Amino acid sequence: MNDKIIGKLKILADAAKYDVSCSSSGGKRKNENKGLGNAEGMGICHSYTEDGRCVSLLKILLTNFCIYDCAYCVTRKSNDVQRAAFTVQEVVDLTINFYRRNYIEGLFLSSGIFKNADYTMERLVRVAKKLRQEEKFNGYIHLKTIPGASEELIKEAGLYADRLSVNIELPSEQSLQSLAPEKNYTEILLPMGSIKDQLVQAKEESKLFKATPKFAPAGQSTQLIVGATAESDRQILQLSDQLYKGYSLKRVYYSGYVPVSTDSRLSIITEPPIIRENRIYQADWLMRFYGFDVKEILDEANPNLDLDIDPKLGWALRNRHFFPVEINTADYEMILRVPGIGVKSAKKIVSARRFAPLHFDHLRQMGVVLKRAKYFITCQTKSLQRQDFDSEQLRRRILFGEGSVRSALLTQQLDLFRQVG
Amino acid sequence: MYFYTYDGSFEGLLTVVFEAYERKAWPTAIEPEQLAQPSMFGETVRVVTDEEKANRVWQGLKKRLSVTAQESLYYTYLWEQTGFERLIFDYARLVFDSPESVEGNYTAPFILQVQQIHKQVHREKHRMEAFVRFQKTADGLYYASISPDFNVLPLIVRHFEKRYADQRWAIYDASRRYGVYYDLKHTSFVQLENPGITPKQQGKLSTDQFDENETRYQMLWQVYFDHVNIPERKNPKLHLRHIPKRYWKYLSEKQPRLQ
Repeated sequence: MNDKIIGKLKILADAAKYDVSCSSSGGKRKNENKGLGNAEGMGICHSYTEDGRCVSLLKILLTNFCIYDCAYCVTRKSNDVQRAAFTVQEVVDLTINFYRRNYIEGLFLSSGIFKNADYTMERLVRVAKKLRQEEKFNGYIHLKTIPGASEELIKEAGLYADRLSVNIELPSEQSLQSLAPEKNYTEILLPMGSIKDQLVQAKEESKLFKATPKFAPAGQSTQLIVGATAESDRQILQLSDQLYKGYSLKRVYYSGYVPVSTDSRLSIITEPPIIRENRIYQADWLMRFYGFDVKEILDEANPNLDLDIDPKLGWALRNRHFFPVEINTADYEMILRVPGIGVKSAKKIVSARRFAPLHFDHLRQMGVVLKRAKYFITCQTKSLQRQDFDSEQLRRRILFGEGSVRSALLTQQLDLFRQVG
Repeated sequence: MYFYTYDGSFEGLLTVVFEAYERKAWPTAIEPEQLAQPSMFGETVRVVTDEEKANRVWQGLKKRLSVTAQESLYYTYLWEQTGFERLIFDYARLVFDSPESVEGNYTAPFILQVQQIHKQVHREKHRMEAFVRFQKTADGLYYASISPDFNVLPLIVRHFEKRYADQRWAIYDASRRYGVYYDLKHTSFVQLENPGITPKQQGKLSTDQFDENETRYQMLWQVYFDHVNIPERKNPKLHLRHIPKRYWKYLSEKQPRLQ
């Protein structure tokens, strides 16, 4: 048994796990060379860790040697941890053998920065190149872009990788200055902008020439750490909004800060802010799939998301004048805004009502969750509520139940708190 | 009262639809031959599968249904739960008797049910694509055994063909006692009796049939699985929602540690 590889895998998986990106979809890379692997379809989660996160890719660092000293990072220079480095061939072997056994969708490769940005980036690219060219590997490859790496290397990375990402990590320039003095926003946004330009260019060219080489077909993503510094949810979501619009990112990931350091520059927290992270993800979904503008979700008066209720319910309680919504006539977009009704339910409703006027029983049978929705909808002008409640009363009824019986929602919440606490 | 029996195949079931229309004799029940009990009342119609009749019914359905709805009907067949024959029949009859498309009419109970079955079967298919774990044998075959809730093996073949075009692989459904084998050129359905590929007891491999590196990679995978976990975020409830215990038997990372 080769103990050396086991030891390296332990260290370099441990060091990579705080990067939460796990997506393996959107690759569109077909197995056309009778090689190994196919990444054309939707992503697959092959397993789930005990913390409930999906395992889709072999997510490792090439090395955790690093010349930087970012306070939030487990791999920072001043941290007293074991260091290790894989060779290019070792990463290739692990990827191929895991993939052949259907353990993974592909590789997520990041790295500590050794020597300099280009030197590190060049090695990441070499792994991807070897997988594509020598192993005829068509599985998913996500490469981390090292801030400061040359444009040529980024361009080459995009030829082999399905997704590229540059992590912003800290949601404001000010935090970055205090926690990661060697980094700055310009240096991070530069490769992001360059990837965006390449993506646009490749798309334009593919319209003209069919054989244009693909450039990172699954686009680019980034990650923001939540809770290590003092930014409000509003600041975080505004930044995401700018990134989605300005850099056409596919995803912004949020990573509730897990205290891996007692550095005095950091906020003092003892537990990862799991519920806050979850609410931010919900808000992110509202912006991407539910047609919400970031200004509707949070404003100056409400700079942080309500931890007790989901952001859509929060919005609905602040905007009662839009409700109740008549299920049989309202626009799809408005049905989507009803608390508790998701994309699938909304589509089913719009489809079914072409055939017959819908009653509440229809909704129940279709699996529409009425727990929250019933306060905000009517079916053929009928409501399930005989009384009018103000927003505060509604909030309490939804959180604590209608009678003395504790609502399932509350138990669920308490459960979450218990897990956290 | 008319009791229809058929040979258990999808084509057989479509032939039943044809025969019922031909006779204008609507079924009280539809059952596979080997399961059907002789009835004292009513008439039993023993339908013999006829490819041409089946095809006419299927073409008729194809004309009136979207690809997704056609798929839903086939998924309902693979669902295999009590009453699926009747459900497919009722659905087909509604389609043929309605002047307009009935798709998406979730106010009709069996249209809604077929849609829900589609979702269930699709989820099981997706889980099998995710949770199958191949073990490499000494002769270079990548082998996995499954026992899915529904008969999804025919649905996952295409996925694995595309993915593992350059390796020989086989997946065996231990509860339905048949498998599928890819030999680098073709994929074929095989029975356990087939001496060609599977001498495995109950579809399970023993470690002496393993490739020399198989145990090593299983162990490396376990090591990786343990080390991507963040203990501070432990969330057993969420973990179980994603991988219910009945799937653990497939997963090498959920087996006792090899190290």
